[in-house]
Amino acid sequence: MLINVPETVVADALRGMAAAHPELTIDVENRVVLRRDAPVANKVGLVSGGGSGHEPMHAGFVGPGMLDAACPGEVFTSPVPDQMARAAAAVDSGEGVLFVVKNYTGDVLNFDMAAELAEDEGVRVAKVLVDDDVAVVDSTHTAGRRGTGATLFVEKLAGAAAEEGAPLERVEAVARQVVESSRSFGVALSACTTPAKGGPTFDLPPGELELGVGIHGEPGRERRGMMTSGEIADAAVDAVLEDLRPDRPVLALVNGMGGTPLLELYGFASEVHRVLGERGVAVARTLVGGYVTSLDMAGCSVTLCRVDEELLRLWDAPVRTPALRWGV
Amino acid sequence: MSAVGAAVDREEQRLTELDSAVGDADHGANMRRGLTAALVSLEREGPGSPGAVLALVGRRLISTVGGASGPLYGTLLRRAGKELGTEETVDAARLRDALRAGAEAVAQLGSSAPGDKTMLDALFPAVEALGESGTDFAAARAAAEEGAAATVPMRARKGRASYLGERSVGHMDPGAASSALFFAALAETAEASGRSA
Repeated sequence: MLINVPETVVADALRGMAAAHPELTIDVENRVVLRRDAPVANKVGLVSGGGSGHEPMHAGFVGPGMLDAACPGEVFTSPVPDQMARAAAAVDSGEGVLFVVKNYTGDVLNFDMAAELAEDEGVRVAKVLVDDDVAVVDSTHTAGRRGTGATLFVEKLAGAAAEEGAPLERVEAVARQVVESSRSFGVALSACTTPAKGGPTFDLPPGELELGVGIHGEPGRERRGMMTSGEIADAAVDAVLEDLRPDRPVLALVNGMGGTPLLELYGFASEVHRVLGERGVAVARTLVGGYVTSLDMAGCSVTLCRVDEELLRLWDAPVRTPALRWGV
Repeated sequence: MSAVGAAVDREEQRLTELDSAVGDADHGANMRRGLTAALVSLEREGPGSPGAVLALVGRRLISTVGGASGPLYGTLLRRAGKELGTEETVDAARLRDALRAGAEAVAQLGSSAPGDKTMLDALFPAVEALGESGTDFAAARAAAEEGAAATVPMRARKGRASYLGERSVGHMDPGAASSALFFAALAETAEASGRSA
């Protein structure tokens, strides 16, 4: 691995990010990544965060039109409440702050504690829980569906609403609409390597793949022999459509898990389009790339979000962040 | 607390291996990071009562560990510390009651109960095994270890392991394992000092 020692991986990355992106303010010691112009007057602040290892999420999505702050935790470990509370205080212009939280026990607990801390400091906080992964049955027997690729949609669309000056209630409502309208399904062709462990996090022999993986290298729903890109697209898109049943056009995120080249991802995107076409689902926009990753895991995920005109307009609104940038 | 720190130092690799089976292979590293920070804070601030020690360690775990174990262990100790108040000496029965209150706070925070394959499966039996007087540390240690072992055949209903469904069966819960270490350290310390921990 290209690291010094596991203990400094996150801080080392933040220093490099600061060097490459002077348009961000990066507090390496407290692990808070901020828009340089935060707090932006008369604007709701958007704060997200989660374990590191999913880059560019979340720090790569900080900037005008998306997040005001991101809090990176240790690798695959949620950040601590102090980070989010500090970020909330730094981005609050008096209009309140929305926490975008992926549905994992640790993230939920730490963001809940952070919201209490921030509210003690007089910051109005709303929270939205992203839970889009259809590979997990949402029942009392699990911690609920995982939050994965839809996080990008939530941050972009709610971020655009906030940038336009929408009040906290409206920004929160947009975020909730996006969560309700989005579903994902992921596939791993290899396990990932965490810096602390230095080896694969699960045992996946070459020639086999794991259907229904999350973004922590955790094993998925089912293990199968290797499939073609087209067969994987059939399985992934059908799993999403079984749950989403869109009656409107969709945004499609064809996401790489960190170890899959764009050549393969674009090929996969064409298969995703083919399947959606066969199922009669119109695609309004498609984003292809490694956005919500799992370190060096080979594999991909598909996220679909059913959009109306308003969401589509927010999607097309300008965004200027290290990893997502258009219209400016 | 330093005995707990030493135990986690010693067993970091094992906790991480357990977490590798059902989670993301960092429970040992995370707990070690938190306890190291907590011990530094204890040294620096020198809290004056057992209650203050537990509350401080709890706060430090919340502010340094992250994940689910930070808030859960932090709440366990912070709540127990609050129950003990500011008295300079605490008898074993009060410590037991404080740990029970801490365990109940963990259950509430995680909306979890014994049988979900979590740290509670070691915590609750251990607290009860402390007995009427609260001094049966050896029994608490054994109960925590049995409780941790009992998580092996369970199917996880909480936390990241719950995503594995049936595939979580056959692995010990890492949080139950670290809770067993906590009671083992308590027992060792009690043996070494003849009573108080």
